Amino acid sequence: MADPIKVYPPKPSHVYFYATCLIDMFYPDAGMAGIQLLEREGIKVIFPEDQTCCGQPAYTSGYHDEARAVAKAQLDLFPEGWPIVVPSGSCGGMMRKHYPSLFKKTDQEKKATEIAARTWELTDFLLNVCHIKLEDLGDPTTVAMHTSCSARREMGVAEVGPRLIGQLQNVNLVEQIRAEECCGFGGTFTVRHPEISGAMVSEKVDALTDTGAGAFVTTDCGCMMNIAGFAEKNNKPLEGQHILSFLWERTSPDNGGDS
Amino acid sequence: MSQSTTDNPHHIDVKEFHPRARAAIADPKVRQNFRKAMDGLISKRKDAFEGWDLEALRDLGANVRLRALANLPDLLEQLEKKLTANGIYVHWAIDGDEACKIVRNICVARNARTVIKGKSMVSEEMELNHYLEERGIEALESDLGEYIVQLAGETPSHIIMPAIHKNTGEISELMHEKTGTDLSNDVEYLTASARQQLREKFMNADVGVSGVNFAVAETGTLCLVENEGNGRMTTTVPPCHIAVTGIEKVVGTLEDVAPLLALLTRSATGQHITTYFNMISSARKPGELDGPEEVHLVLIDNGRSSIYQDDELLDTLRCIRCGACMNHCPVYTRVGGHTYGTTYPGPIGKILMPHLIGLDEGRHLPTASSLCGACGEVCPVKIPIPDLLVRLRQESVDGDKLNPAKVRGHGAKRGSVEAMIWKGWSWMHARPGAYRFGTAVAARLRKLQPGKLGGWTKYRTAPKLAAKTLHERMKERGQ
Repeated sequence: MADPIKVYPPKPSHVYFYATCLIDMFYPDAGMAGIQLLEREGIKVIFPEDQTCCGQPAYTSGYHDEARAVAKAQLDLFPEGWPIVVPSGSCGGMMRKHYPSLFKKTDQEKKATEIAARTWELTDFLLNVCHIKLEDLGDPTTVAMHTSCSARREMGVAEVGPRLIGQLQNVNLVEQIRAEECCGFGGTFTVRHPEISGAMVSEKVDALTDTGAGAFVTTDCGCMMNIAGFAEKNNKPLEGQHILSFLWERTSPDNGGDS
Repeated sequence: MSQSTTDNPHHIDVKEFHPRARAAIADPKVRQNFRKAMDGLISKRKDAFEGWDLEALRDLGANVRLRALANLPDLLEQLEKKLTANGIYVHWAIDGDEACKIVRNICVARNARTVIKGKSMVSEEMELNHYLEERGIEALESDLGEYIVQLAGETPSHIIMPAIHKNTGEISELMHEKTGTDLSNDVEYLTASARQQLREKFMNADVGVSGVNFAVAETGTLCLVENEGNGRMTTTVPPCHIAVTGIEKVVGTLEDVAPLLALLTRSATGQHITTYFNMISSARKPGELDGPEEVHLVLIDNGRSSIYQDDELLDTLRCIRCGACMNHCPVYTRVGGHTYGTTYPGPIGKILMPHLIGLDEGRHLPTASSLCGACGEVCPVKIPIPDLLVRLRQESVDGDKLNPAKVRGHGAKRGSVEAMIWKGWSWMHARPGAYRFGTAVAARLRKLQPGKLGGWTKYRTAPKLAAKTLHERMKERGQ
């Protein structure tokens, strides 16, 4: 009944990097940051060229045949037993929590279940598998954080982001009110119920702006494009950044440590 | 089915969800009333579970409900036998109309003209008040929230707090207009006025109608949770008590009630225990000074047995009606209970109502969620509400050949254009070469990206395509 307890693997020599389609097309910098953080930990990062999308958009829209066809094309990308790391709670959640049921009673069930078991959200992996130690090279700054609902509830990593940022001595992390409340993204929900989604993101932007931080980091690009997109359209002083970009920029001498 | 009767003054077209949602969102009073109330309930619940191993208790609650459902047919038979042996009359109703008829027939046999009601969502599901009123029997709600809603000619906007959509000022105005009380913001004064009016009704009512929170098969006990004492009055003062409930409310033993009760009151209102907890096991016995002469239980199916046929959907029936899912739902908080247009609003309504009214009528319910998972996280009996929403989305578009849809009205939301878009999307994303080519071309043409993207850009700027995809950058890196 209870969710299975997460058993972290020992730090591996290699990982598969599953970028997600949003990072691939819209936020490749966040993907590069994730890869560089992993490499700095001494891990060889394999980027399967044939990766596309986890299939989630069709899955949550109810088009499971279409989702399964796309997901099936991902199952052959990870032949070795190395962990699969995903810079998103949402896509990671799709692979870890929903692949087994999506492929239930099919020839791929065993493979999907096996892949699900070695899929990790990347910040969780950095903190709890790599035991990363971050050295902050950036100027003092204040930032808020929004943890995506899937990172929080499906992947159970709500504590991870704040703990990673907590390692950065020049960063003051401030908490928004109703931190656990959804930003209103939810994929196709934004276009099926635009007014409700709009009301939700409007209040989320207020909550983040009210922290006085002026910038927020997040685990998921969906939330980021929703929150930052609303802030931009409505001229609110709020910038968004993927947490991986933020962590890399502040700890990499190549960037001069600028945030 | 009574939900679809057209002569009902409360009848609402469930399909018209969007206009109602837009109106609610534009109404600052709705937004404020719900936000304030839900914030309060969230924090009370949190405090009430302080010091408890909540996960262990939720596991226990879920297991108790699963075990009861696994033995449902046997437990129902056992319950009927035990109740009958205790002198309680048991009736079975296939739907709301039949349940209404049963209640009316009992009233007619007793020559009853007035019915006083304790709070019961199943009676709302049956639309009992309307049915009785049309047939010359007065039905008066005695729960304060239900009383207010009835005065206003509305339906409940929340399953635990029916009048939560109204603030004190609105209630004061309503009571002033309908019952002549003075305008006042003094909650105690308003409550006392309502109480005074209801007392008289209790004394004169011919029949009391209540719901049931748990029906215990082993002992034949009907448990009723309430705070105002109106439930006790309803079930003990009038000479006849009729309890109405869904067939899923049965549990095996009194031991099963303990964890469910602990979960129910804390999840619902943040109370360790309610002011009243009634356990009804018979009518008045010879020599007893009070209690009704006659007790009836009406067990209603209304779509529940078809839910019971499916191993996954079955989880819907675990619900103990605490309302925590709506209290924590960011959508419910924004649009309020009436927007749904259904007896049960919020997350539980979205997974339950399609079975009661059909997925054609309830086609917008499963999509009205960001799948944030707050509902599933707080559900005291661990109903996987987000998973069931996805399942119903699949059912509503007939989206899975491997697992053909079966819920009544399935496929109603499948549109040929949308289906074609997903087919095209699937074709491209299942072909890595096509995907790489397509995304690389999109990156080159990003200057031509449309600035308007339907509902998205009504509230936000369009996301900007990167100059190079990560695929391209990794290729350049030699990977």
